[in-house]
Amino acid sequence: MIDRASPWQTATVVGIRPETHHAKSYRLRPARPTRHRAGQHYVVRLTAEDGYSASRSYSVASAPDDSGEFELTVERLDEGEVSTFLHDELLVGDEIEVRGPIGGFFVWDADSPALLIGGGSGIVPLMAMLRLARTAGRSDLVRLVVSARTPEDLYYGDELVGPETTLVFTRSARPDSVRAVGRLNAEDLATALRPDATVYICGSDPFCNAAGDLCVQLGVPTERIRVERFGPSG
Amino acid sequence: MPITRGFKGRGRAARDPRLPPGQYDARDDWPVLNAEITPTLDTARWTFAIEGLVANPTTWTWSELQALPHSTYEGDIHCVTTWSKLGTTFTGVSVDALLDIAQPLPSASHVMAFSHTGYTTNLPLADVTDGKAWVAWEVGGQPLPRDHGGPARLLVPHLYFWKSAKWVAGLQLLDHNEPGFWEQNGYHDRGDPWLEQRYQGD
Repeated sequence: MIDRASPWQTATVVGIRPETHHAKSYRLRPARPTRHRAGQHYVVRLTAEDGYSASRSYSVASAPDDSGEFELTVERLDEGEVSTFLHDELLVGDEIEVRGPIGGFFVWDADSPALLIGGGSGIVPLMAMLRLARTAGRSDLVRLVVSARTPEDLYYGDELVGPETTLVFTRSARPDSVRAVGRLNAEDLATALRPDATVYICGSDPFCNAAGDLCVQLGVPTERIRVERFGPSG
Repeated sequence: MPITRGFKGRGRAARDPRLPPGQYDARDDWPVLNAEITPTLDTARWTFAIEGLVANPTTWTWSELQALPHSTYEGDIHCVTTWSKLGTTFTGVSVDALLDIAQPLPSASHVMAFSHTGYTTNLPLADVTDGKAWVAWEVGGQPLPRDHGGPARLLVPHLYFWKSAKWVAGLQLLDHNEPGFWEQNGYHDRGDPWLEQRYQGD
């Protein structure tokens, strides 16, 4: 949950790392750090010299920790006035304004079983949850199923691979991939689903609808399905 | 506001005066944002209720609601996630017509809108009266799609759109303010886009 008085504050860019050709992670050090919860987001605001400003929300990808820093992963959308600036102009050492962390529903605190289902850039808040599970020594609680078009479109590369994760490629897969290329299906989820898990789905609207329908087919009660839809938010 | 080095922005020249601060024109897009999966609701069993602090608690079936005088909203809608949609047309029934039947008690000051999914959102009573709110089942002359709250949603277009509860099931009238789903999760109690009341504390 955002603090009642949580104001805008300045954050310094301390690191920029490409995740794919279209996505970069930005490590930020806010002036007044607040420990976030896995799944929360920040609002980023950019201001031009004449006072014009634009803001967008981006999910935190890093696990909660005491470093005083956090990481946002941002997909570059050609029409996006904020994401194109972040990708094409922003440098380490620059300052941007941020507000957050925000969100109290699509969050997970590594204290109960969870199935995480992410499509494309929808992996970002789920990555914070996977990283939290690993750093907290609670990988047993979490399973992550992530769908990407091709291996080149997959965020976080080898860090994603592990006994907790299932990779689904919809257009082309790695040569050593066991699973056939194709859309997310019930079998992908059935093997990862514990009967007592809360399900977190994040991705585009069609992806969320498809994944949600599959979960309902598998008998997951609707009140245990949480959805975060990433619309065009460039 | 501190200036961001190198940021010039794109939206300025084309900025429509109908856009509240911090919003952009989504044009033909209508992004979908809800925290639950999209329900399938059968109008044969659908109901809408007004309860709580009213003299005449009332539940309408789908056909009973449709039989009330129809009312149309033409104008803009604004989502807290920064998109706005300009020049929309919604048709349904005015909340005023429903309250005329249910008759709020003098002590009623707020409403909690609730949905068939369990979603809730809170509003001052004054924000859903005097032609400011509808229960809407048509958009652009077509049935409201499921993804956008069909068969019917609350429409309170002068506030951020999370107040316009999708899959609305009713209004509970209260004598106090009580935070709903997003409001408990950090979002503003009122949500006026022209004042940028996005989060608690704004």
